[in-house]
Amino acid sequence: MEDQQYRGSYIAGFELFEKSLNGESASPLHAVRREAIARFASVGFPTVRHEEWRFTNVAPIARTAFAPVLRYDGAGVTRQVLNRVGSADGDPFMVVFVNGFWSEEFSRSAGLPAGVRIESLASALARRDEVVLSRLGSLVAAGENGFTALNTAFLREGAVITVEDRVILERPIQVVFLSRPSAEPHASYPRVLVTAGRESRLSLIETYASVSEGVYFDDAVTEVVLGEGAVVEHDRLQIESTQAFHIATMAVRQERGSNFSSNAVSLGGAIARNTVTAVLAGEGCECTLNGLTLAAGTQLIDNHTVIDHAAPHCTSHELYKSILDGKSRGVFNGKIFVRAGAQKTDAKQTNKTILLSADATINTKPQLEIFADDVKCTHGATVGQLNEEQLFYLRARGIGEEEARDMLTFAFAADVVSRIHAAPFRDQLDRLLRARLQAGRIATES
Amino acid sequence: MSTEQNTIEELANREYKYGFVTDIEADTVPKGLSEEVIRTISMKKGEPTWMLEWRLKAFRHWLTMTEPGWPNVKYPKIDYQDIRYYSAPKSTNRPKSLEEVDPELLRTYQKLGISLEEQMHLAGVAVDAVFDSVSVATTFKEKLNELGVIFCSFSEAVREHPDLVRKYLGSVVPPTDNYFAALNSAVFTDGSFCFIPPGVRCPMELSTYFRINAAETGQFERTLIVAEEGAYVSYLEGCTAPMRDTNQLHAAVVELIALDDARIKYSTVQNWYPGDKEGKGGIYNFVTKRGKCAGVNSRISWTQVETGSAITWKYPGVILQGDNSVGEFYSVAVTNNRQQADTGTKMIHLGKNTRSTIVSKGISAGHGNNSYRGLVSVGRNAENARNFSQCDSLLLGDQCGAHTFPYIDVRNPSARVEHEASTSKIGEDQIFYCKQRGLSAEDAVNLIVNGFCKEVFRELPMEFAVEAQKLLGVSLEGSVG
Repeated sequence: MEDQQYRGSYIAGFELFEKSLNGESASPLHAVRREAIARFASVGFPTVRHEEWRFTNVAPIARTAFAPVLRYDGAGVTRQVLNRVGSADGDPFMVVFVNGFWSEEFSRSAGLPAGVRIESLASALARRDEVVLSRLGSLVAAGENGFTALNTAFLREGAVITVEDRVILERPIQVVFLSRPSAEPHASYPRVLVTAGRESRLSLIETYASVSEGVYFDDAVTEVVLGEGAVVEHDRLQIESTQAFHIATMAVRQERGSNFSSNAVSLGGAIARNTVTAVLAGEGCECTLNGLTLAAGTQLIDNHTVIDHAAPHCTSHELYKSILDGKSRGVFNGKIFVRAGAQKTDAKQTNKTILLSADATINTKPQLEIFADDVKCTHGATVGQLNEEQLFYLRARGIGEEEARDMLTFAFAADVVSRIHAAPFRDQLDRLLRARLQAGRIATES
Repeated sequence: MSTEQNTIEELANREYKYGFVTDIEADTVPKGLSEEVIRTISMKKGEPTWMLEWRLKAFRHWLTMTEPGWPNVKYPKIDYQDIRYYSAPKSTNRPKSLEEVDPELLRTYQKLGISLEEQMHLAGVAVDAVFDSVSVATTFKEKLNELGVIFCSFSEAVREHPDLVRKYLGSVVPPTDNYFAALNSAVFTDGSFCFIPPGVRCPMELSTYFRINAAETGQFERTLIVAEEGAYVSYLEGCTAPMRDTNQLHAAVVELIALDDARIKYSTVQNWYPGDKEGKGGIYNFVTKRGKCAGVNSRISWTQVETGSAITWKYPGVILQGDNSVGEFYSVAVTNNRQQADTGTKMIHLGKNTRSTIVSKGISAGHGNNSYRGLVSVGRNAENARNFSQCDSLLLGDQCGAHTFPYIDVRNPSARVEHEASTSKIGEDQIFYCKQRGLSAEDAVNLIVNGFCKEVFRELPMEFAVEAQKLLGVSLEGSVG
């Protein structure tokens, strides 16, 4: 689709969406939506001429017309489907969205302790919750790029998770965004807003998955605010259809002494892009961002992270690993900013990639920008293949070549998987990865 | 603390010692850039038509280009019509020997510590001295001629060895490569040309000394070095400029070509005028340097010590085309006061079993901003390519910045690429340790900074290593409080 054409199709979709809002268009939020769609109409999707999108050509997204989903339809979604895509059974509180709409039938939040709220964004908006309205978009600006503009324009549904001050939640909360592709490609715009109060504790799992293979477009925004001394553990699994497009933006803001740690596993998507920005705004924060990418076929998986040390005495760790097979492409861009005055910063970033095939490509750019002198910042990046000596060691002990390759590839991935916080979820991912690694290759079918 | 503070101030106030101006009559062209000016330059140099055509083609392409804005440096817009593109010391004929060179010029070089005569007799380094736009003297020519080594000014090469120049000029950095390379291709005035015939190991270091003297001129020189099969050459480059409170543009192009089994070692000690403490004046050093390992087993290494210039913006790179070729980049970049540097390298691995090493040391002090920007690219057919990169930054003071932008693009699974970067400051414990052993704060910092840069300095030829260490001392010592 030509440039103007794809923009027109989203604007047409916005008009349909507007009509389905049933008079809600008088609310102040709707002005924000209109502004966002106008913004999208003027900027469109980023192109490879933008430094941040240099290696990720999103033209294929522009080539397909994606219609917005206007109502909930839970047909075809079963408990089995949920189990298959890595929802940890039994243990967590769970919120399920189908094509971007809250599913009452699969969500369960019985037994939530006092001081913890899981609410659908639609209902929070319906009662014009001032707190929610003020926090929405406080970390991710609608104008940041075409994708965040679209997400804001089509803002309607999502999960609002609030943990009050000094409340400790022992069981994780899992948010599952399921897509059910149909003949007509659709776009959904998931939104998650997490507020962890002062000295609270929360474990959050985000899952993005599909019921079956197909073409669709997920444009997600997650905002996480940590109060003083809050601890948030975040696990993320992206296992979309390999024909789908997944663009996700997550922004985190940390107040003094808070701790945010995230493990993101990306397996699906024809084009998948994760942008993670963490602002360490108060002294003594700790931030950990880990990621694992497995890509095969013609997949393109892109991880962009920014850790912004805006206050002194903060620590950050980053470990991103990629295993690339087939004709896939991996992109990593990790920025660490140390602002003037952010003394005693300790930042460490590591990026490791294994290329399994001759046609796989990696573009990596670890980037440091430092404006303070009393800091310790390091980054390291390696690109290579499985170690021949390790392979030899295993084969000398009677392990077949393919199995040895599997073992080593799995061990490489396990480095990240083993860091996943929620135990049942970790075990499930473990099994999922073992199934994906076959004969030293990454199996394309999930 | 206070003595250290004093040391800093004392050193920060230290004057740029090469800031004098030589009063010498100059032959210049009017300010501004047009086809007319290019024709005049070409005519003054008595160039053949193909050379003029080449310039004009580059100029026409330059007109279609826009100045890039992506680097991590800030400077006011350059008015290209306000620059004088040609300035030469007035003398009727090019001197045949040093005796015929204008004594004023020789004195200038003496003041810079580059005594052409002395070097000729004692040091055994062949020097090509470039003053503003033209080369004024080249020493040791006869001796080099015996071996078939050609080392002369670029203008002379265009006249005497047109075939060689035509064959290689623009083959590594095409005139259309980038904005400043196009500008240079259109207006370049002189530079050095160096050709090492097959199997010859150049018996002495070749050196070019660049000096900007005239005001409001830009310096656009071009260096072309060709090492034939099995040849070896070590080449040094030094630069200074007078203190002026307007900025001057230096946009040079350096091309290196190494054929089978050849080796080129290129060292730079760049000490253009950095501007004063408030960042007034100084040279904009926007240079395109690139080497091509065209042959198998060839090797190119860049070593640079960048202490001068208001802004340094360059990425000496190596195209590793021949199988088993090796590229190396060793750099120390210092930014003090308001200096800015955006420098690094590009290693383009195309051939099989190619290897590259990058060691970059950035030192920021005062309000300086230092960026490392590099690219390691491994092409689809570059089997077993190997790269190791290390970028360390040292921060002296809390107003400066250090940045790293390494790009790594790998398209071959057999490649092994490693990148490491670290940022740190001189620890108080380190200084304490040295002081305890009787070293002054200043000596302690000097010792630590030199230790930090040692990996790069040991790649420099002896004479240069000494100069580089001294320069670093002048630029930095004691900047830690």
